[in-house]
Amino acid sequence: MTELLWIVPALPFLGAIILIILGTKLSRIAASFVGAGSVGLSALLVILIGLNYAPAAGPFRQVLWQWIDVAGLSPAFGFHLDSLSLVFIFVITFVGFLIHVYSTEFMAEDEGFARFFAYLNLFVASMLILVLADNLVLMYLGWEGVGLCSYLLIGFWYEEKKNGDAARKAFIVTRVGDTAMAIGLFMLFDIFGTLIINDILEQAPQLWSVGSQTAMVVALLLLGGAVGKSAQLPLQTWLPDAMAGPSPVSALIHAATMVTAGVYLIARMHVIFELSPTAQLCVGIIGALTLLIAGFSALTQFDLKRVLAYSTISQIGYMFLALGVGAWSAAIFHFMIHAFFKALLFLGAGAVIMVLHHEHDMFKMGGLRNKLPVIYWTFLIGSASLAALPFITAGFYSKDSILWLSFAGEKGNIWFFLAGLTGAFVTSIYTFRMVFVTFFGEAKTAVGHHTGARITIPLVILAVLSLVGGFIELPHTLGHLELFSDFLKPVLPAVAVDPSATTGMEWTIQGITMVLSLVGIFIAYHYYVRKPEQASQLKSSLAGLHRFWFMGWGFDNLYDSVLVKPYVFLATVNKNDIVDKFYSLIVYTTELLHRIFARSQGGILRWYIMSMVIGAILILTLGLLL
Amino acid sequence: MQLAFYITSAIAVIATVMVITNHNLIHALLYLVVSFLAVAVVFYLLGAPFVAALEVIIYAGAIVVLIIFVIMMLNLKEEAVAQERQWLSRGIITGPALLSLVLLAELIYIIVGAQVAPSDAQIVDSKAVGMSLYGPYVIGVELSGILLMAGIVGAYHLGRQKKKIVHRFLEEEAS
Amino acid sequence: MDQVPTEAGLILAGVLFTLGLISVLIRRNIIFMLISVEIMLNAAGLAFVVAGAKWSQADGQVMFIFILTMAAAEVSVGLALILQIYHQLKTLDSDAANKMKG
Repeated sequence: MTELLWIVPALPFLGAIILIILGTKLSRIAASFVGAGSVGLSALLVILIGLNYAPAAGPFRQVLWQWIDVAGLSPAFGFHLDSLSLVFIFVITFVGFLIHVYSTEFMAEDEGFARFFAYLNLFVASMLILVLADNLVLMYLGWEGVGLCSYLLIGFWYEEKKNGDAARKAFIVTRVGDTAMAIGLFMLFDIFGTLIINDILEQAPQLWSVGSQTAMVVALLLLGGAVGKSAQLPLQTWLPDAMAGPSPVSALIHAATMVTAGVYLIARMHVIFELSPTAQLCVGIIGALTLLIAGFSALTQFDLKRVLAYSTISQIGYMFLALGVGAWSAAIFHFMIHAFFKALLFLGAGAVIMVLHHEHDMFKMGGLRNKLPVIYWTFLIGSASLAALPFITAGFYSKDSILWLSFAGEKGNIWFFLAGLTGAFVTSIYTFRMVFVTFFGEAKTAVGHHTGARITIPLVILAVLSLVGGFIELPHTLGHLELFSDFLKPVLPAVAVDPSATTGMEWTIQGITMVLSLVGIFIAYHYYVRKPEQASQLKSSLAGLHRFWFMGWGFDNLYDSVLVKPYVFLATVNKNDIVDKFYSLIVYTTELLHRIFARSQGGILRWYIMSMVIGAILILTLGLLL
Repeated sequence: MQLAFYITSAIAVIATVMVITNHNLIHALLYLVVSFLAVAVVFYLLGAPFVAALEVIIYAGAIVVLIIFVIMMLNLKEEAVAQERQWLSRGIITGPALLSLVLLAELIYIIVGAQVAPSDAQIVDSKAVGMSLYGPYVIGVELSGILLMAGIVGAYHLGRQKKKIVHRFLEEEAS
Repeated sequence: MDQVPTEAGLILAGVLFTLGLISVLIRRNIIFMLISVEIMLNAAGLAFVVAGAKWSQADGQVMFIFILTMAAAEVSVGLALILQIYHQLKTLDSDAANKMKG
């Protein structure tokens, strides 16, 4: 069964090709079947492969063909399946399939229907190549492929200028990280002479001791790539703007899959990060700072999708925090659960926005609880999972394990833990602020039309997963089930827990988390349902801070004045390129000479003969004189 | 013998001068024939009877006749002579003539200055020429054949008159 | 038998060549120019024959024959060109054919 692995990325790719070539000729139904069907078949195949896959049997490697072979660099078009990539391809294809199904209804009226599915399929194919690649070159191909699709899909409605700007912003900002990553790959190739991931991971511990400088540089460069792709500090600014794309795109690319590519990269190269504690500490610090900054920004947004965008940045910050303390499987676990509930939230938000005639401002929504019961309940479940409502939601278990390990893990410290705790508290406030403002209170915008089965069924499925998905990994205190981390153990080592941490401390921490989560929900309830006027009072009394958070901590302005403005200034100053002057001089000289010599070509035959005679005389005279 | 050479040389030079100063094409061509005949005599005196014959037959015969044919085809009138007289003004002549005389002076200087051993010239007859032509120079003969072939084809192609365009609109367009 | 001095023969060739050259330079009528080129070619041939006679070798005459062949081909093509030019430009003025000037 595993031999069919290559079909998994091939199917969406084939779908994309068909849609690109025949896009305009296919009917919408046919395009939906090609688009969603190819990913659906992939998802089915992944489930079959997953059922047949035994983690103990070791990774499965499949080389399709030699891709490049030059000067020792010989990456193959080869796939590598182990538990880590299996988790990723499962999430990509399964969540991707649900989002495709959702999109067939969501995009039904859109003119670029086939184009949308072509991009989406191409994205799924690239993402699968990214996580299945057995060497870093192929992974880079997928890495850039998803970047391209992200660009195309953010700017999907390209008639509006701001969408195109957002697309370019996303593309350019991620390019900064990608360049760092490319340099990292060059260094790896220079050191190891190969870019096959497994070989690097095997050779690295023999070559480098813990704390080696080279390892640190390589790890930091790879981290740069991950930071760009995953919208972490300081390259997080593109993600909120990326919400210009259609909601399914935000769900699939900018929440569930692509933005977690950085998490995948670090988890995949975890050996190198373990060899460089400094770099790993950086991962943790970046995660902690990002989750706080994005969390506070999310508190102040009024655009439904931007709240979710900041929330995504914040949640990926949790994953980075987990990676930073060496809690590899906790990060991947949170990735999976996050994919479920964040995709659910984005799809729910998209549905709300759609029925309210593209109204993004959640303060203009309100009172949708009774009108849209299915969307309300699924959205509520997703929000509960995001806010880590204790016991019943999957988000609780995944976030709890990160918080516990950031405290008790060997590489954890109290600051990471406090940051995570604050983040969790803020998360529950902004999440339920969003829920209360959108679905409670009085209706402010009329409901246009109701959603069909193709929108509600994916929502329900994702809602169920957001609830029960957490039960495959339970903490020591509550049942102690480790299915997920056992599954990942062959690839990712288990985290070393500080021996001094006791079960009592774990109980305490869980208790604090639960209380904070509930308090957060209560605060949101207090300010946005019971006494809305107090919220606006608070807002006006802290107007400066509100504004600062609303602008995403001023990062956009900072980059604008530090990078964009000087660059634009230089470009304006140097509009008539100075270097060009030199070449213009060459051109001018050539033209001058041309004019002089052209005059000698007067079309008078005798003049030509005359010049020949003069030449002959000169030659003869020289011959006589010398 | 030497005397004969100098007389023919003088005839050749004078005839050539007449060619280059004459305004009438036909007269110039007649002087040209005289010049070629004088050179043929010089060839004979130099002990080359075969090329002397060739000079008479081909230069003085074929080539000049060909030129005369073309002049007849062009049907030049009296105006052509006047035109020629106008073109050949003194101002035009001096510059080129001076330049060419410098060239001539240099040539003569080189020729006289060279130490030439006294020659023992003998008559080289047509047989020797033929042996040489079809011996070491056979490639040259073949190349000459190709050249003549190209000349024939080229002359035919270039000399062909374009068909008149019959339709009046097209004629307007063409003009 | 008193010999023709080689120098004298070569000087004759030089004089004839120079006269032809002068004619090419001063004439505007293309037929005259063609005739002048013939004079120059003939002079060059004369030089070859004189040199051949000096060494009593056939090579000089062979070269003359080649020059003769070339002259014949040149005249035929040249005359065809003159005919074309006359039909196109209605004149024999070589300066009129200056459409390709720079």
